[in-house]
Amino acid sequence: MITAAVLPFVAGAFGLALLLAVYRLVVGPAPVDRVLALDTMYVNAMALLIVVGITLGDAVYFEAALLIALFGFISTVAASRYLLRGSVVE
Amino acid sequence: MNELPLALDLMIATLMVAGALFALVGAFGLVKLSDFMKRLHGPTKATTLGVGFSLLASIAWFVWSGQSTGRELLVTLFVFITAPVSAHLLVKAALHSGSQALPPQVPKRPERPDA
Repeated sequence: MITAAVLPFVAGAFGLALLLAVYRLVVGPAPVDRVLALDTMYVNAMALLIVVGITLGDAVYFEAALLIALFGFISTVAASRYLLRGSVVE
Repeated sequence: MNELPLALDLMIATLMVAGALFALVGAFGLVKLSDFMKRLHGPTKATTLGVGFSLLASIAWFVWSGQSTGRELLVTLFVFITAPVSAHLLVKAALHSGSQALPPQVPKRPERPDA
């Protein structure tokens, strides 16, 4: 089965992408860079969850992926609004 | 669990590998490029495309295995709707936050020695 053979490589690639985003999160330099790194991290974490879901053959992981997508989007919007206006809710 | 048919297996494996490579290239661009406006391209284009590919692969896999509930379609739709919106907000925040995040000035036309 080709997919099963390929899945560890795919998970490794998404994990490496996550680590690269962590590097950008730590290094910065501007606050916007850190928000962008967080945005990348949640997208990659979602992809990693989907790979885990296929590996274990369990569709439950999609609910977790959906939650991560929702909260990640909301947190990105909140953080960039904070950088833009100095407050999240007026 | 019974075996996947060869064509479907190949298709899912190809989509997964393509998605992983796109995500990796996007994250590499996020680390490697020199200023914020350039760095924005990696995550917003390559990574979104990579996640889109792996979501397509997972849709194919779960539809085949009979556990499909439509959630994977929902995740795909949500990612493709929200990625441009958050990128747009980040650009607005970067433009607002001043010169550190601004793109460099457009270089002047180079002097030609013969003109």
